[in-house]
Amino acid sequence: MNDENTIEQQLSGRHKSGALPAGTAAPDFTLRSTPDQAVSLSDFRGQPVVLAFYPADWSPVCGDQMALYNEILPEFRELGAEILGISVDGVWCHTAFSRDRKLHFSLLADFEPKGAVARRYGVYRAGEGTAERALFVIDSGGVIHWSYVSPVGVNPGAEGILAALEELHSKKEPK
Amino acid sequence: MPASKPLLPQASRDHIQGPIDAASALVEYGDYECPYCGEAYPIIKAIQERLGDRLCFVFRNFPLVNAHPHAQHAAEAAEAAGVQGKFWEMHDLLFENQNALDDEDLAQYATALGLDGRRLIGEVVAGTHTGRVREDFRSGARGGVNGTPAFLINGVRYDGELSVHALLAALTQPNTR
Repeated sequence: MNDENTIEQQLSGRHKSGALPAGTAAPDFTLRSTPDQAVSLSDFRGQPVVLAFYPADWSPVCGDQMALYNEILPEFRELGAEILGISVDGVWCHTAFSRDRKLHFSLLADFEPKGAVARRYGVYRAGEGTAERALFVIDSGGVIHWSYVSPVGVNPGAEGILAALEELHSKKEPK
Repeated sequence: MPASKPLLPQASRDHIQGPIDAASALVEYGDYECPYCGEAYPIIKAIQERLGDRLCFVFRNFPLVNAHPHAQHAAEAAEAAGVQGKFWEMHDLLFENQNALDDEDLAQYATALGLDGRRLIGEVVAGTHTGRVREDFRSGARGGVNGTPAFLINGVRYDGELSVHALLAALTQPNTR
C-alpha cells in the first residue's frame, strides 16, 4: 500500500487498519514518560500491559479517553494490568496534560523520531502526523492478545480492554 | 448484577421511573458534577413528560472522581436518600444545584427533602454506598460507557445528538427492542 492511498483512504474514512494483530510479539520500545524518566515495554514483562495510542493531548471534552481510563484504573490493576498512554506529544506537554487531568498512569512521548513506535505497531496516521486511536492488550509474555483501532473521533471506552484482560486473567487462574 | 442483559433496566437493583416493561428503556450513566449531565437533565425531563408510561428511565452512577471532586459523595448521597425513599428527589436537587455539592450542601438538601440529614451524611462519610456506586460504574465500564452522560436505548449505546428531538426519535423508533 503506498502512502498516497493510505492518506486518501484515511480521509474518506475507509482506512483499513494495519495494526499488529493478536498473536504477534509486541515490539519492545523505550520512550520518555517525564523529562527525566524513560519507560520500556519490557519493564512490564510478567504482567499484562494495555497500550492506548491516541492522537493528541488536550481533547476538549471532559469525559475523554485518558480521563476515562484514569477512572477505570482500579479495575485494570485488579486484573493485574498496567496501562500506558502513547501519543506524539512531547514530555512537557504530557506533563502538563497529566497534571491537569490528574492522571495516575504514564503517558509516553512518541516524539523523536516522531511516531516511531506507532509506526512499528501499524497505527500511525501519516497524513495527520499522529497516532490512531488504537488499543493493544499485551499478555505477560509480551505477545499481543487483542488489538483494536477505533475511528479517530470515537472514544472506544474500556469494554474491549476489560474483556481482553479478563480472558488473560481467567487463563492464568482457571476457576 | 445479572450478566444476561445488564444494560437493560434491572428491577432488582436499579432506580427506575416508569413501567419496567415500557416500550422504550433509557438507561443513563451519569455524574452529578458533570456539566454535560446537567445539560441532559432537563432534556430527560422533557422526554419523560412526552412519553409518559411508554418510557422506562434508569439512572446509574458513573462519577468521574478525578475530574469532579464532589461527584462521588453526591452519588452516594443520592443512594443514601434512596434508602430513605427519596432517590429521585435527591437526584433532581443535585442536578439543579451542580455548583453546590459540598457535604454541607448535601446534608442541607437531605433536610430540605424531609430526610434524616445526619443519617444521610453519616452514611456518605462512612462510605456505606461506595460499593453500590462502584458496581454501577463497573457495569458501565464493561458495557461500553465512554464518558458522561452515556445513554443506552434498549441496551444499545446512543451516540446521537443530545436533544429532545433526537432522543425522542431514537426512543420511538419501532422494533428497537
